Amino acid sequence: MNIVLYGGTAILLALSFQKDRGKSMKALKKAWKAFENILPQFLVVILMVSLLLSLLDHDMILRIIGAESGWLGVLLASLVGSVTLIPGFVAFPTAALLLQGGAGYMQIAAFISSLMMVGIVTLPVEMRYFGKRLAIMRNVLAFFFSFVVASVIGFVMEVLI
Amino acid sequence: MKKFLKQFKLPLGVALVYILLFVFSPDIARRSSEVTWEYFLEMAFILPPVFILMGLMEVWLPKDKIQKWLGNDSGLRGGFFSLALGTLPTGPVYVAFPLAASLLHKGASITNVVIFLGSWAALKIPQLMVEIKFLGLPFALTRFALTTIALIIMGLFMKAMLTRFPDKEWLKSRENLPD
Repeated sequence: MNIVLYGGTAILLALSFQKDRGKSMKALKKAWKAFENILPQFLVVILMVSLLLSLLDHDMILRIIGAESGWLGVLLASLVGSVTLIPGFVAFPTAALLLQGGAGYMQIAAFISSLMMVGIVTLPVEMRYFGKRLAIMRNVLAFFFSFVVASVIGFVMEVLI
Repeated sequence: MKKFLKQFKLPLGVALVYILLFVFSPDIARRSSEVTWEYFLEMAFILPPVFILMGLMEVWLPKDKIQKWLGNDSGLRGGFFSLALGTLPTGPVYVAFPLAASLLHKGASITNVVIFLGSWAALKIPQLMVEIKFLGLPFALTRFALTTIALIIMGLFMKAMLTRFPDKEWLKSRENLPD
């Protein structure tokens, strides 16, 4: 995985430099800027989640979003995912930490899916661009979809583990 | 220095909590720091190529080109283009809003716009790399496949609904927009 990622990026970068040096430098600058922008947010989330995991004991996480928490845990995870606005780069390591801390795959799947596809915070902007109906319908459908993702991923991971 | 402080005021604040913890509850502090460090290393390893990929995509895929490809044609090919284009560009979803809105304005179908928005938010390739790394291939692949199917269904359904029950208020507000 890492070899593919690093190798692929290196090849693309080399091709890009061969074709247009200036554009490639611009790409690197954009990459650095995006990284710089995300770094503080990323640090905060990692620090907070690590702290939270040490404070909450294993049993507590299990009770709230553990595999045994069932659909209530899924609902809770979906709601949290809908109202938060964190980039995937930060969300995935957080989810992995929670899984290690005892969270269930169903609940994590619901969180990830609603985080990406439901945006309560961005809803006013979305309504301005696409109208109330489209925006609300899209978010409501996406919210329910996170339950579908939860049940299918829960099933898949259960078969695999 | 001032810029640094401003940008990093939140992480510094949390770091302060850590320092306090080290004084009052060294055990918890040590455990948290260990987890933090472990994940920081893992991220530090995977992020550089991911961000370089994002930079390259942004430079080589100019926004006006995207608009042209997605433009007026719809149907299966348009849907596929919407899906594929959503996976490529980068940036948060509120960057996709104005882009998708102008597509809609130029005659792209609602189906394509819904697919494009969803794919931009949930199926971005660089993001997928990080997902595979942290949650594993089965998790990422299942989510990818499900989301692709769901977006197509959502797009078709929403188009049907909004054709039958048009959002008059919004259509009226759009009449005043310049072409």
